[in-house]
Amino acid sequence: MAIFLDQSSKVIVQGMTGAEGKKHSERMIKSGTQIVAGVTPGKGGQTLEVAGKNIPIFNSVKEAMDQTGANVSVVFVPPKFAKAAVIEAVDAFMPLVVVITEGIPVHDTANFFAHSQKVGKTRIIGPNCPGIISPSLSNAGIIPADITNKGIIGLVSKSGTLTYQMMYELRDLGFTTAIGIGGDPIIGTTHIDALREFEKDPDTKAIVMIGEIGGDAEERAADFIKENITKPVVAYVAGFTAPEGKTMGHAGAIVSGSSGTAEAKKIALEKVGVKVGKTPSETALLLRAAIK
Amino acid sequence: MDLYEYQAKELFALNQISTQVGKVVTTAIDAKKAAQEFNKPVVVKAQVKTGGRGKAGGVKLATNPDEAFEKANNILGLDIKGHIVKKVLITPAEDIKEEYYVSFLLDRTNRTFLAMASVAGGMDIEEVAVKTPEKLAKISINPITGVDKTKATEIAQKAGIPSEVLNPVAELIEKMWKAFIQIDATLIEINPLVRTNDDRIVALDGKVTLDDNALFRHPDFEKYIDTANVDPLETRAKEKDLNYVKLDGSVGIIGNGAGLVMSTLDVVAYAGEKFGNVKPANFLDIGGGASAQVMADGLGIILSDPSVKSVFVNVFGGITACDAVANGIVQALEILKSDSTIKPRPIVVRLDGNNAQEGLRILKSANIENVEIVDTMDNAAAKAAQLAAGVK
Repeated sequence: MAIFLDQSSKVIVQGMTGAEGKKHSERMIKSGTQIVAGVTPGKGGQTLEVAGKNIPIFNSVKEAMDQTGANVSVVFVPPKFAKAAVIEAVDAFMPLVVVITEGIPVHDTANFFAHSQKVGKTRIIGPNCPGIISPSLSNAGIIPADITNKGIIGLVSKSGTLTYQMMYELRDLGFTTAIGIGGDPIIGTTHIDALREFEKDPDTKAIVMIGEIGGDAEERAADFIKENITKPVVAYVAGFTAPEGKTMGHAGAIVSGSSGTAEAKKIALEKVGVKVGKTPSETALLLRAAIK
Repeated sequence: MDLYEYQAKELFALNQISTQVGKVVTTAIDAKKAAQEFNKPVVVKAQVKTGGRGKAGGVKLATNPDEAFEKANNILGLDIKGHIVKKVLITPAEDIKEEYYVSFLLDRTNRTFLAMASVAGGMDIEEVAVKTPEKLAKISINPITGVDKTKATEIAQKAGIPSEVLNPVAELIEKMWKAFIQIDATLIEINPLVRTNDDRIVALDGKVTLDDNALFRHPDFEKYIDTANVDPLETRAKEKDLNYVKLDGSVGIIGNGAGLVMSTLDVVAYAGEKFGNVKPANFLDIGGGASAQVMADGLGIILSDPSVKSVFVNVFGGITACDAVANGIVQALEILKSDSTIKPRPIVVRLDGNNAQEGLRILKSANIENVEIVDTMDNAAAKAAQLAAGVK
């Protein structure tokens, strides 16, 4: 079992005909993902050869869903058009929309997130995220599939490369699902959403949570873990040395006054019994110890 | 991007929010001239991007032009929480009856927007928020329906705005929301919003934070990019589209991915505790696809920083595999070798992930002086810290 994404997932790519969209569609197909269609307005009716397969292109998400039974969309549309693309997927009742695009104005994200809540049919992952992978089942996004294996750990992370680092360190144990939820101030799927699903998933035996400075998502996740999670959870938080008021790469990674610091997040997590590693490697060791 | 008060007020004025734009000056003589033009008592206000200016002596009333000269002279050059005052804003003084607080901001926790308002505005609003939170009304705003006159009136009422000025305050709040949307702000704050003795409502001070991601919609906001107060290395990095933040340590850091680089800083600082608290000199994320040129640009910037004593290149090969990254490093160092302005420093490299073995082989066979390969992130951080401390 996996969460949100498995072998039955039928994936479309919004923006497949763009350079990034095509490159990553190819990688997704090679890692076993069922890519059933691409969507690019104005290019409907064409087919695109990707990784030796002829993929049909549709003008709209609705059309692609009707024709192929797609239930996941991966969005590579540039920031300027991302809001319209996500709203289109939400209005077509697409169950899962993974927004890879980096640099979307936060007003646009606030809008499409509110819209998705109102319509109530779509889970959004991201934006500004590497996507989600259930190793050897399906891969929706840009996470490299060949650095890890299928296994027993659930991973939820704000950061892309730290996700990869952890997947690689624990590749012998393997993962049910790894989700990069994204580093923007407003994101569709939170640590808590993933933790809830990992708790329910019988194949997930332990959970790694990776956070970083900014906001209070980790503190709220700690409260949630205390009340709802029975499986072992270990965590890592990046940004102990980040100076106040400077954005560290991710739009959401900023310490404002005394709020959003790594130290506060670490304390909150440790208070509910979650072991927090000082380095990614130490965190991997903590996970190994936790499942012994 | 945070704006100065005078820039925030320019945007207020453009959006029909009643304010005092005043005059920005950089010398005491010009402050005196501005006071003469206004021909009434003025307020001299330090223009710095930090709070607590009033308490730090950065805001003073001047009853006549000579006093404006004297006050400006005192304020210019003042150090307010590490920000040196280079400009002051001169505005006509108002007869204040009451001071209110109003803001719109991004509410990350609830993934929406938030309005905050209070009748207890002024210098102590932070204290009000902590000690008497019931005096600070917080109203969640739906991004789709936004703030119309009814919602604006609700905000003003919940803040406890007196009935005589409820209507003009609500009107101003509605305009503030329109501006918040129009300029793609993540924060728009008026504190104080004053009620004058003759019952006018005026934004006396303002704070605006713009969303950098939305700059493509606002080409005219380029003028707000503050190059004068940015570290020259940060400016150079920006020109090369590199994500660089200058810090005050001595280990130069370069890596791929924001989270990994942030983590690298921590691991270096942690390892540095053993070597007299050696710390990272910068944050530099070269992104997922590190080409040789990007690697060269990044290393070039780090090695131009005289405080850098050693460099730690920390790469996880994902989409761009380690062999490609290794070739990038080799070529980058080749490019930099011809730059005589750059003094060589020891470089510690850690490569892991896809094709790590091949990447390491490429680096080893290139046999570059000053480059040391270490197998794990933790050990590499310790090595880089040790080298920066000058410990053998």
